Amino acid sequence: MNAFVKEMRGAYAFVERNINLMKRYWGWEVVWLIYSLVNSLAVTYIGAGMERISGTSLDTQYLITYLLVGTLIWQYLSVIFYSISEMIAWERWEGTIEYTFMAPISRSTHLVGTTLFAIGYGVVRTLVILAIVAGFFHLNLSGANLSGAILLLLAGSVSFVGLGILAAILPLLYPERGAQMTNAAAAILLLISGVYYPVATLPGWLQTIAAGSPATYVIEGMRACLLHGEPTGKLLPTVLALVGAGAGVIVVGLAIFRRVEAYAKRAGRLKRSG
Amino acid sequence: MTTPAVQVQDVRKVFVKRERRRSAFSRGKRSQAIALDGVTFSVDRGEVFGILGPNGSGKSTLIRLLSTLLLPDSGSIHVFGHDATRDEFAVKQLINRVSVDAAFFKKFSPLENLSYAARLYGMPIGPARQRMREIMLRLGLKEETFTSPMEHMSRGMQQKVAVARGFLTSPVLLLLDEPTTGLDPHSKLDVQAFVREIRSDHDATVLLTTHDMEEADRLCDRIAIIDSGRIIALDVPERLKEGVRKRNGHEPTLEDVFLELTGKRIAEAEKEG
Repeated sequence: MNAFVKEMRGAYAFVERNINLMKRYWGWEVVWLIYSLVNSLAVTYIGAGMERISGTSLDTQYLITYLLVGTLIWQYLSVIFYSISEMIAWERWEGTIEYTFMAPISRSTHLVGTTLFAIGYGVVRTLVILAIVAGFFHLNLSGANLSGAILLLLAGSVSFVGLGILAAILPLLYPERGAQMTNAAAAILLLISGVYYPVATLPGWLQTIAAGSPATYVIEGMRACLLHGEPTGKLLPTVLALVGAGAGVIVVGLAIFRRVEAYAKRAGRLKRSG
Repeated sequence: MTTPAVQVQDVRKVFVKRERRRSAFSRGKRSQAIALDGVTFSVDRGEVFGILGPNGSGKSTLIRLLSTLLLPDSGSIHVFGHDATRDEFAVKQLINRVSVDAAFFKKFSPLENLSYAARLYGMPIGPARQRMREIMLRLGLKEETFTSPMEHMSRGMQQKVAVARGFLTSPVLLLLDEPTTGLDPHSKLDVQAFVREIRSDHDATVLLTTHDMEEADRLCDRIAIIDSGRIIALDVPERLKEGVRKRNGHEPTLEDVFLELTGKRIAEAEKEG
């Protein structure tokens, strides 16, 4: 019990630290929020303008909701991904990595704290963007299965936690360029996961890669829930697959992370702050 | 026989460096830097053990190995009987470290940084906050600085917060890597007095690296002199000095000991490092 309480205090250290970082770098938060908001609006306006672009009659409302679901879900999943993948990068930027790695805290606890913050932060941020974007477009979600959508989103979060851990390895391995490499990983996920278009639009070889991205299933399922009111029962196989695959990636990610941490300690790579 | 606080046995650590690439298609040449070469010593419980040496002599590598931030290439390190490689978690619970570079979240206040440290070490936050204030006041920091960002503080004040963070968790082994570098003489004395207090009141063992010969003489029960990754002398300060002949009629100092053993003065050796 005592050990559990200690670990939970340790996990909360990362939640509190990240909230404090957010408060101290509030200017960045505002800029980032504006960037994300404008990005979501710009993408969604492509749907609104499609009738004029193509010169043919289209279901504009459907297109708007299709793109909006894609952009909002991507905003949420990428926040989870970046918050976790940056757990090492932040320590490098601030120069505190050695101090955190010397503390008697397991890497799993480190991850639990980072994930709790990431999910809370991702939900709040996405809701703020949704609230503002809703003022620009008429959204009709009357036939949507909202509880199914939330279930799917939580299942998708598990997978993105795993991917975030794998990406967090990069700044540990490459002190100077690891953080930039995580951007490339996120960009590839954006391309292949059907965020703004159906995966079937991609060339065959990219569709094969897309089948390995959890975001593909989350976004597809979310659209089925929000646009077509897909019942929760039908979503369960996807939810279970996402949780199972996510848990698998977390276990594998943590195992790789520990090996890479041992390598960084052998090679003296914790010291450089990049 | 009691277990020594620290047992370092034949430790070797080599860093591989890759030189800058000449072109995008060529790989940089690899070179090796021997940081520690067969280092062996032990520290008794409750002892203040000093490690003297110039920059690049291997002092900080040794501290990092004891802090579990590096793994040795060969040899073994035990802290209160726990293997620092295989039983890393147990070692982490016993130690804390103050390094020469005060590593903090610079936009956080001292209290926010120390709260983060307290939570990482599983301390209940209420009593921890009380202890933070006591230690910082004891080290001469003013109450009004507790909540202002670290980036607005002088190097010396930041170093005092680093010292407070090291003491906060009441470690049984305190690793001090040049803790008074950058401090004014008065602050240095504050920290040195606090080290003595920690040792006597909390039965802590202290491993101290320093360039400051007077500090080493004043605080350490035994001193190891390290140069180019090797321990070249280890004894109590008096006996180290006894082994050196008088120069210019004055009693030998640790600086003279260093000169005699390494053929260079500490300041010169630092420049080479």
